[in-house]
Amino acid sequence: MKTKAAAKPRRNSKHGKDIWELRLYVAGQTPKSILAFANLKKICEEHLKGKYHIEMVDLLQNPRLAKGDQIIAIPTLVRKLPPPLKKIIGDLSNKERVLVGLDLRPRI
Amino acid sequence: MTMAKEKTRLLRGGLQKVRTGIEGLDEITNGGLPKGRPTLVCGGAGSGKTLFGVEFLVRGATQYNEPGVFMSFEESAEELTKNVASLGFDLNRLTASKRLLVDYVHIERSEIEETGEYDLEGLFIRLGNAIDSIGAKRVVLDTIESLFAGLPNPSVLRAELRRLFRWLKKKGMTAIITGERGDNSLTRHGLEEYVSDCVILLDHRVANQISTRRLRVVKYRGSIHGTNEFPFLIDERGLAVMPITSLGLKHTVTSQRISTGIPRLDSMLGGKGYFRGSSILVSGTAGTGKTSVAAHFVDAACRRGERSVFFAFEESPSQVIRNMRSIGIDLQQWMGKGLLHFHAERPTVYGLEAHLASMEKSINTFKPKVVIVDPVTNLSSVANEADVKAMLIRLLDQMKSNQTTTLFTTLTASGGSLELTEVGMSSIADTWLLLRDIEIGGERNRGLYILKSRGMAHSNQIREFLLTNKGVDLIDVYVGPSGVLTGSARISQESQERDIEMVHQKEIERRKLNVETKRKALEAQIASLHAQFQAEEQELKKLTEQETMRQRSVLKLQEKIARMRKEDQSSERRKR
Repeated sequence: MKTKAAAKPRRNSKHGKDIWELRLYVAGQTPKSILAFANLKKICEEHLKGKYHIEMVDLLQNPRLAKGDQIIAIPTLVRKLPPPLKKIIGDLSNKERVLVGLDLRPRI
Repeated sequence: MTMAKEKTRLLRGGLQKVRTGIEGLDEITNGGLPKGRPTLVCGGAGSGKTLFGVEFLVRGATQYNEPGVFMSFEESAEELTKNVASLGFDLNRLTASKRLLVDYVHIERSEIEETGEYDLEGLFIRLGNAIDSIGAKRVVLDTIESLFAGLPNPSVLRAELRRLFRWLKKKGMTAIITGERGDNSLTRHGLEEYVSDCVILLDHRVANQISTRRLRVVKYRGSIHGTNEFPFLIDERGLAVMPITSLGLKHTVTSQRISTGIPRLDSMLGGKGYFRGSSILVSGTAGTGKTSVAAHFVDAACRRGERSVFFAFEESPSQVIRNMRSIGIDLQQWMGKGLLHFHAERPTVYGLEAHLASMEKSINTFKPKVVIVDPVTNLSSVANEADVKAMLIRLLDQMKSNQTTTLFTTLTASGGSLELTEVGMSSIADTWLLLRDIEIGGERNRGLYILKSRGMAHSNQIREFLLTNKGVDLIDVYVGPSGVLTGSARISQESQERDIEMVHQKEIERRKLNVETKRKALEAQIASLHAQFQAEEQELKKLTEQETMRQRSVLKLQEKIARMRKEDQSSERRKR
């Protein structure tokens, strides 16, 4: 689905097409993290169908990874691609804010 | 005794402390920071919070075998390493040996969008991981308040911070949390509400263009602590707090005496000079010879082969040497022999604490037996009198515990009372020499008194203080009906007295002669009388003899007549 994201299309050199690489940082299977993942999945299906990739990182299992993306808050969604890097914190229940945060909708 | 008991009770009764290793801080907090609890260190920009934290960790890692985690929210590890390298901390070495871990938490507000409920579990995990990886015992969070700028929703942050501090406590971490000073509160975001075990306030203020750093323990739950503001400084050895009042009066004293270098002054001080390890105050108005008294003392010390340090805050070393040469004291030779060290600085170069630190450093490296501070009052250009006094007390306490004799001069403003202005200084001096001008007959002369000298019999007399080309000379002043006379007045008075004395002498001699002549005359008289008497006696004797002869001849004649008349012997004649 062509959305506002098309406003700044970027070639993903690896895949040759616009692929959204998203990483969701959680700490254990808490209700908050489960909710966040569900919300994310829903938004991606709606707006980025077929061109996204979600990676779940459980910091309880890989605590070292917190340093790399400067993770403090949990849950945090990191948009690795397309650049620039974006961080969205919270359980992603505020859909409008998520879309704004992912640059899928312009800031009002 | 009670203090010691209190200490052991506290140690036993739960509140354990962790030594920070920061010079002086452990003294004012009675042993360090509360073990296993967070401590808030707050202060304005540039007040030394970060350095405080770094030193806490570095000392912990190097001196107390307690590894530490430094979580920085402001500076990256590289920046931090570079910044503290100038203070002698090698973070890279400590990091390599796993005794220190620096974690830079960087939050870019523009990158972050808040979309619902969140917590800071990420930070917890990160910190927990860092702690576990090196077995840390100490944690520094510098400055966690920047989270408020980086993350939206302060109410979540507050709840999470409260949880963080509880978590740190549970993990048994001795932590330092730094906070930016707020307008009306200790920290901008009220961190003191969460960290309430120990709060330390750092302050950096500028007075008269000279900056001074101060530290105060605002609160320390469950412990006694020094409540004063303590000056501290940051130099190449790190942070050093000066717990001025915590140095007790515990130094032992000696009754050994050392010469002042001025023989007459020695005799005024009970014949032997100053006590070793005592503090000597030489006060006086400008140009009364304070430095000369000091130079004599240094000279005498060096002659005994003792090392001396001369802190000059007014004159350069070469100036002092030149001036002292004019009164016959060669200080250059002692410098050449390595017995004298000059430490000359303008007082305004830096703050009082920095002066004290640099003085202590020279003392510690040179290890002198005699220390001169000339003049101590010049330091008041960088601090008020109370501070100078506090600094002096600190210096003197240290000197006394090392049995080092300290002579400090103070300049008294002419005009006001000579003694009153020095009250502050006098209590810390064991021996106080007062030099003053005596103005008589259009002349200024110098006088010297001993105002006090603890523990020795000393002269209570004023002496005239002469600067000759062979050094200082003390001579008696003229004290007579016309008051105290010095200088030429004294000399003329003395010559007058000599004249009078001479006249007296002459008179006595004359009278002696007179009496002698009289005596001789009388003796002659006596002799002549005696002769006269002898003559009379001779005469009398002659007369008596003649009479006897006459009587005998009369008797003979009568007998002859009687015989001729054939008289019988009358009863009258038989009696004869």
